[in-house]
Amino acid sequence: MPEPVLELAGLEVRYGTVAAVRDVSLRVDKGEIVGLIGPNGAGKSTTLHAIMGVLPTHRGEIRLHGDSVRGRSPESIAHRGVALVPEGRRIFGDFTVEENLRLGLAAHRTHNGAEPLALAYDLFPMLKEFRRRLAGALSGGQQQQLAIGRALVAEPDLLLLDEPSLGLAPLAVDDVFQALRRIPERGVTILLVEQRALHTVALADRTHVLVAGKLRLTLDPADAKDPDKIVAAYLAS
Amino acid sequence: MILAAVNFQTLSDAVGLGAIYALMAVGIGLVFGVLRLVNFAYGQLVMAGAYTLAFTSAWPVPLSIAACFGVVVALSLAMETVVFRPLRGQSPAVMLVTTFAIAFLLQAIALIIDLRDDTLGEVAASITSLNEPISVGGVDIRKITLVSVAVAAFALLALALLLTRTTIGLHTRAAAADFRTARLLGVRANRVIAVSVVLSGLLAAAVAVMMTVQFPLVSPDFALRDTIVVLVGVVVGGIDRLWTATLGGFTIGFVSGVLNGALPTDKTVYLPSAVFALVILVLLLRPAGLFAWGRRAAVERA
Repeated sequence: MPEPVLELAGLEVRYGTVAAVRDVSLRVDKGEIVGLIGPNGAGKSTTLHAIMGVLPTHRGEIRLHGDSVRGRSPESIAHRGVALVPEGRRIFGDFTVEENLRLGLAAHRTHNGAEPLALAYDLFPMLKEFRRRLAGALSGGQQQQLAIGRALVAEPDLLLLDEPSLGLAPLAVDDVFQALRRIPERGVTILLVEQRALHTVALADRTHVLVAGKLRLTLDPADAKDPDKIVAAYLAS
Repeated sequence: MILAAVNFQTLSDAVGLGAIYALMAVGIGLVFGVLRLVNFAYGQLVMAGAYTLAFTSAWPVPLSIAACFGVVVALSLAMETVVFRPLRGQSPAVMLVTTFAIAFLLQAIALIIDLRDDTLGEVAASITSLNEPISVGGVDIRKITLVSVAVAAFALLALALLLTRTTIGLHTRAAAADFRTARLLGVRANRVIAVSVVLSGLLAAAVAVMMTVQFPLVSPDFALRDTIVVLVGVVVGGIDRLWTATLGGFTIGFVSGVLNGALPTDKTVYLPSAVFALVILVLLLRPAGLFAWGRRAAVERA
């Protein structure tokens, strides 16, 4: 019996009177990677922000391990085991790499300190090498690794990624997806928001296509060999 | 020879004033960092502390000072919970105007309390003995100058260690740099704000103790003019960084002190004009802040 980590049930999120996300229902089970793709402005980031408690839920329900998170603050959701790798990475450029990782410990639930940083260093050895450098001096791809590492040191149950490949060189994109592939073995469940449809469909157990705030269809890894189907999903609006 | 001694006296007084203003600048800068709120009512915290010292001047000095710290920190936390918290996320203009209102409210309350004995002003004279000079290498320096500099150095060092060496310090710096991302990482907003507010209250209390030594007559507008000057210093130094704000506070205190000593006694009414003329010049030449090398102006940051 699969164990749901995250469930969205009829989620509607509004900006003022405009619904950015309408009637979105999906679930992410323990150990899965679920993709969420779609064109710009489809409501992908909005969905993640609603899960993190940054935006209020207008209608429907967001459940973590079966419990509603309605009305919770972003920090309390982080403390319940959800980590976000935000769009644009949002690393602290004036802080060292290690300080950025220690910030990730803010939501760590067992408080044992030194050990979790090793998780990030293990996945991205570069971070250990550059741990005393200012994060702002890293390349874009390295900063993305830092942002992912910072989310992982909290040892979350659920990792949300908001377009981790955005603005990266092709090789750096491959690095990021390689790393994502290795994360589920640590018991972390992933909801991946991306624009790189083919990469995402190939990686994820399931990929939902979000267009104009609504889920249009669901793809499985086999569909990665059928780009036409993905293109059709984007265009059929 | 006499002239040189007078100049040194002026310089040492100026350093003392700079030290006190630096502490006020840190207090204002800390709260600005996490709340993006310029607290115009900061001077009224100092004023409340000064009144506490005046009303407890019959008490043993350590108790009186402890009461001052207690009252100022409590008032500081009350300001945060009652006013700042509901306003969180409002525009800077709304928050600034609100702090004006708090400043005038607190002054009015102080006036009511002060006038119970039908005379305006109370005297806080328990430690005015610190005004006596001591001779250092043939030059007279007032004890309060040495105390101010020592207290400022200690407070700044302790604060720097807290911010750079502790987890709560790291969280506070992160909140000041990017509050939204810090919260997403699990940094507890209310906790870092409370820490900053308490620290800024502690600094205001220390300032109250040192200022009453030099100005023992406490009235509702106590520290008001100083707050305006410090706010200007903070902006001139660069408000979006703690150390530039602090340096700005020190600089404007030092410059005020030197100009005050350099102007003939009958011309000291021109002191504010001279200080603010310099401020306008600095803002014209370095709009991002006097100490903000290679950085864009704070207003340009979205």
